[in-house]
Amino acid sequence: MIKLVGILVVAIGFGLRLNTLAVVMAAGVATGLVSGLSLHEIMELFGKYFVENRYMTLPVVLMVPLIGLLERHGLQERAVTLIQRAKAATAGRVILIYGLARQVSVALGLNLGGSGGAHAGFVRPLVAPMAEAAARAALRAEAAARLPLRNAGAALGSPGEGTPPPAAGPNPPVELPEKTVQAIRAAAAAGENTGNFFGEDVFIAVGAILLMKGFFDALKIEVDVMAMALWGIPTALVASGVMVWRMRALDRVVARDIAEAVRNQKGDVK
Amino acid sequence: MTLLTVEAFYWLIGAIFAYLSAQVALDRGHAKRLGTALFWALLAVIYLFGKILPPAVVGYLVVAMVVLAALNRVAKSSERTTSLEARTASAARLKNRLFWPALLVPACAIAGTLVLGRLHWDDVRLVDPKQATLIALGLGALLATVVAGRTTGDRWHAPLHEGSRLLQAIGWALVLPQMLAALGGIFAQAGVDRVVSGLMAGLLPAQVPFVAVAAYCVGMAMFTMCMGNAFAAFAAITGGIGLPFIVTLHHGNPAIMAAVGMLSGYCGTLMTPMAANFNLVPAMLLELKDRNAVIKAQVPIGLAILSANILIMYFTVFRF
Repeated sequence: MIKLVGILVVAIGFGLRLNTLAVVMAAGVATGLVSGLSLHEIMELFGKYFVENRYMTLPVVLMVPLIGLLERHGLQERAVTLIQRAKAATAGRVILIYGLARQVSVALGLNLGGSGGAHAGFVRPLVAPMAEAAARAALRAEAAARLPLRNAGAALGSPGEGTPPPAAGPNPPVELPEKTVQAIRAAAAAGENTGNFFGEDVFIAVGAILLMKGFFDALKIEVDVMAMALWGIPTALVASGVMVWRMRALDRVVARDIAEAVRNQKGDVK
Repeated sequence: MTLLTVEAFYWLIGAIFAYLSAQVALDRGHAKRLGTALFWALLAVIYLFGKILPPAVVGYLVVAMVVLAALNRVAKSSERTTSLEARTASAARLKNRLFWPALLVPACAIAGTLVLGRLHWDDVRLVDPKQATLIALGLGALLATVVAGRTTGDRWHAPLHEGSRLLQAIGWALVLPQMLAALGGIFAQAGVDRVVSGLMAGLLPAQVPFVAVAAYCVGMAMFTMCMGNAFAAFAAITGGIGLPFIVTLHHGNPAIMAAVGMLSGYCGTLMTPMAANFNLVPAMLLELKDRNAVIKAQVPIGLAILSANILIMYFTVFRF
């Protein structure tokens, strides 16, 4: 029982919002001490595992120079331009299409970068900006429909006295609310993780299947790898359905936020 | 003998961290210059010399990094990148050529995974097949960076500069996945898994098939949330609950149990800050104000799939 002290430390530390690195280290030290390890031995374990798991940061660290360079030259802006041409695009649909494509490609054994590398390579530079752009396009359409033309112009920038209202141009007359931007980005990361996790086990050569096979082999239990991969399919289908549900919910939230932002703008202009 | 190992990429990453540290050290405008430079310098040392340093020394270096982070001495510099106007103009000029380098990375990763591990001259291998994916990904990223450099015509150090800006935005959360892996290792060493599965098995009326299935799936999810890793949970919960109750007592199909059980563990991965590389590092990458925003978006997904898993397993595991 006392060995569970580490889990308790993590729960309390995360609950109090203390620095996560410090909480994790404290949990490791506490668990090690109650299991009879010396402080020096615990440090040895931390050092050993830290070095062994250097591979975890490899995808992110090697991807960010490339993505940073491309972003510096307008990668996000280009992605935004492309999505603005697709009239049917909504934030939820953009993320859903990415998530489902990710799930299918992973199921076919095409992994685009383990340990969260796709967050740096795809979600930050492409998926999130495209989803946000789709929401901004919807916001512009809503504002154009709801706000009278002169007010739409006045809402463009600083409506100082005497300034002639500029024509409603390509710039958004109303800003997309910050909470909406945050919700879209979080959903983009969630779509990536869901697609990645629940496509993976359908492919037989993946680590998880091999690990399960090894576990049963050690216990001399006969288990077929094909069967394990196939029985991952029902859950994979459920996961696809859940993504559809969540992304529709996202679109409803975005639509509600947009209507609210436009209403507020209308009130300001009166 | 192996010609190219993943260690070569650790040296490269170490060099990137060293560059980042030097850049911060020379940046007079940086609010937390000393602590930040020291943090990245320590990390550079661990990546460059991790293999030859004694583990205990690495352990104490990690403690120093944790102390710097906990005392809030690690921060990002004031961002300096191109203006929106410059980026828009550049995007209009380069058009879809901006996408090719980004797509080159997964293309290389896939091609390299299929090919690299098979290349050998007698007993001299090009790469270890187990590391083929990581090495292919690393080579792809390097190649794509060179291609992107030519496409954009930027200076040679622009990728390093931009990369270091993004790494600073992630900050100390970058090493969280490794710290959690270490914690998982210590948990396993201490036998935490056996204690948890023993508790669960003792408390629940697992003679009832549905209870056994639900306890196994929920146990996988909860234990994964504690450990941050479904693989670590699998052995403990399958050994503690799955095999004795679902397979031995109720004669369930072990393949179905394992497949759906592992996926129940992944539901836990969606809902825990312990899986930092999937949940917390992306929140930093996307510059989210709430560090737990990704987890919050994933809780309904995790709970829905977990409930479905319990039903899928209950209706199939005893029948096939």
